[in-house]
Amino acid sequence: MPQRSKRFAILSERDVNRDSYIQEWPDAGLIMMHSPHDPTPSLRVEGDEIVELDGRTKDEFDMIDRFIAAYSIDRRVAFRAMGMDSLDLARMMVDIRVSRQDLVALFCGVTPAKLVDIVSHLNVVEMMMAVQKLRVRKTTANQAHVTNRKEHPALLAADAAEAALRGFAEEETTVAVARSAPFNSLAILVGSQTGRGGVLTQCSIEEAINLQLAMKGLTSYAETLSVYGTDSTFIDGDDTPWSKSLLAAAYAARGVKTRFTSGTGSEALMGHSEGKSMLYLEARCLMLVRGAGSQGVQNGSISCIALPESLPGGVKGVLAENLMATMLGLEVASGNDAMASHSDIRKTAKLMLQFLPGTDFITSGYSSMPKEDNLFGGGDFDAEDLDDWNVVQRDMQVDGGITPVTEAEVIRVRDRAARAIQVVYAGLDFPPITDAEVAAATYGHASEDMPDRDKVADLAAAEAFLHGPETVVNVIKVLAQSGFTDVAERVLDMQKQRIAGDYLQPSAILTDAFHALSGINDPNDYAGPGTGYRVVGARWEQLKNIPQAKPPDEVVRPSAAAQRPWTFRAKGPASVGTDPREVVIAVGPAFGTTITETLSGIPHETILRELMAGVEEEGLIPRVVKVFQTSDCGFIGHHGAQVSGSGIAVGMQSKGTILITRNDLAPLNNLELFSMSPNLTAESYRTIGRNAARYAKHKPVVPVPSIIDNMARLKYIVKTTLMHRKETECVRSDAPAREMDVEFGGR
Amino acid sequence: MSVDPSRDYPLAEKHPDWVRAPSGLSFQEITLEKVLAGEVGVDDLRITAETLRRQADIAEASGYAALAANLRRAAELTTVPNERLLAVYNALRPHRATRQEVDTLCDELETLYGACETVAFIRTAIPVYEAKGLFRRK
Repeated sequence: MPQRSKRFAILSERDVNRDSYIQEWPDAGLIMMHSPHDPTPSLRVEGDEIVELDGRTKDEFDMIDRFIAAYSIDRRVAFRAMGMDSLDLARMMVDIRVSRQDLVALFCGVTPAKLVDIVSHLNVVEMMMAVQKLRVRKTTANQAHVTNRKEHPALLAADAAEAALRGFAEEETTVAVARSAPFNSLAILVGSQTGRGGVLTQCSIEEAINLQLAMKGLTSYAETLSVYGTDSTFIDGDDTPWSKSLLAAAYAARGVKTRFTSGTGSEALMGHSEGKSMLYLEARCLMLVRGAGSQGVQNGSISCIALPESLPGGVKGVLAENLMATMLGLEVASGNDAMASHSDIRKTAKLMLQFLPGTDFITSGYSSMPKEDNLFGGGDFDAEDLDDWNVVQRDMQVDGGITPVTEAEVIRVRDRAARAIQVVYAGLDFPPITDAEVAAATYGHASEDMPDRDKVADLAAAEAFLHGPETVVNVIKVLAQSGFTDVAERVLDMQKQRIAGDYLQPSAILTDAFHALSGINDPNDYAGPGTGYRVVGARWEQLKNIPQAKPPDEVVRPSAAAQRPWTFRAKGPASVGTDPREVVIAVGPAFGTTITETLSGIPHETILRELMAGVEEEGLIPRVVKVFQTSDCGFIGHHGAQVSGSGIAVGMQSKGTILITRNDLAPLNNLELFSMSPNLTAESYRTIGRNAARYAKHKPVVPVPSIIDNMARLKYIVKTTLMHRKETECVRSDAPAREMDVEFGGR
Repeated sequence: MSVDPSRDYPLAEKHPDWVRAPSGLSFQEITLEKVLAGEVGVDDLRITAETLRRQADIAEASGYAALAANLRRAAELTTVPNERLLAVYNALRPHRATRQEVDTLCDELETLYGACETVAFIRTAIPVYEAKGLFRRK
């Protein structure tokens, strides 16, 4: 084996190299766009009948073609849309003078291959511009996953409440054991409405149970309707476009919002890509979704995400999927749920493609709990990434659908939600939830913090609940009768929303006041700078005020150690010294008075004690002088050197930046400079004092070794700025330097 | 009935007077007090065919024709029990039902529930299922 480069060996261990990468293989469908087997766009209509679609004649149509030909192409605009040049259409998508409404109407007349042909002209930034303009709802939002391995009801309720408080518009749970579905749905319904009103909830579960849950009033949306881009995959998935459409109507008949699921990679994974590119197959899915009458879709590869990520242009292609959904007027919940990479850099880079332009739901499942508890196998972004998300929103003034919250608020709603589900369990005679479980759910982080429950008893009770007469009405009664009237009201309001059906409209969410926002009354009206959704006003206040952001004066508030009494008094003006044994220690105008410690928190008293001791160790005499005319370190030292008997001075700012200089050097020159004060210890200051004395004695000096810490500037730049500003405020240009009287307090 | 989406939507706020529970109870009458008094049951907390058609009109007027068609099919299915709905759904899955069984279900939907649009929709599947062999062979 030839000798390994150490650099390559280190690179091979990086997270990004734990991901898989393969070269394109069109025959296996392992290609994002432009498979040689993809058809060229074509459409022929005779009378009202489509007789040719993307190169296939009527007699060659497969099942999906036949559905698309019947339901997905608007004959009134087809001739015009198909006759337009794809490049022109692509340019119209990023042209602010062409409205979203006009484009979406036009795209009702295109075929799947035409859709792909249009987006293939856009680069990734243009795709982001197009998504910003074409998404359905003006206001962006986000969806949360709420699950845990133990299926613990108190933890589910607490996590649901926290997610609601954090601003998620939808919450989705699922099951470890299918029989848990009614209890998990109940827990997130009660929990979410405790956190804030208006959160839509669902349980990902088999359709028959799902419909029963909806009938009991336990859920308000469903996104379990998966579709595929080839007949064989569809049939392996045990459905047809007609069966899925019927299901969509069935859910709507129960007042349940539905969203289909598609996404690149599933056909290749299931072995039936027919050699077509992932994006072309997704275009077929999306046209089918619209034809079926779904208001929206979750796509962006979803659970297959690692497959497009293994291919060239895969991440761009995933954005193209989201974009095609918006072109068809579909609400899009844009993935970012399943694990996309081992690398945080790569995950975040991918996220930006949806996060920056904004989609209807930036993720189709942000793991509101740690990923270990995510029963969807998701968690690309999880509870431990919440602050990163909040900070990036604040950095870019972008609304990623999550609101910063305080620990106190979170504890309050978690406790209340856990108590609410506790009273519901007690009132409906379910296996009791103890106070210890409530406390664990309130303060815990994950399943491992929760006591185990009697799973057998829970499952039996859940099954009895599903088949028994109790419904959400009993839940509302128990809540109202147990001191949770506000939660009862909100759970009832969710039922009333089901009756009104406003959230069945495209891309609908509910505000905390149960006001529906959808493509009908909050349509995306982006038309260039100054239009569309802007993060301003109250929302910007929410997003910018993360709890970690401190008031500036708090950053420079001195520690207790720096408030210990010591004597540091100005006497008369500093005279020019004559004793060659004297070393001047010149300090800045705020030193020991307005400011009492350095950047890294070393009290000024300690600094002076060490510097003076260092000078004395070399047998010389330290003399402390305070300079008022400047806050600049070089000039402070320079002023000191001018009055020093030996001509040597140490110049120091209050934040601790220090240098040694001599009276014949230019103000900005020096003998030694220590510009990164956080790297200095008390011991370093003593050595600096010693070195200054040795310069005064004309003895050889070994410069104080400097420590390199690349992170120091990053860590301290805010505090540096604020401290320097404080010191500069103390500058008096007409005040001469003063002699200082120093007496150290006892230790 | 004609709707103007910009004037009438959301119904819950702009036109609660148009929204009724299946029992005829009005939207405003559905209150916590009435729930506690036992005057509102789970059957009152369902969407009606009329409301779904109203939402379909709103969708259609806003340019969402396919969604509107789905909501109109949904309107027809509000009174179909879950178990019958699931029977229709299952019959439409690949290789589950014979052509004749699907025909029978269509007749049931049409005669018992007046679900004409749903049936018309299902019937477009029949030649496809025949051609692609998606009906169960006996």
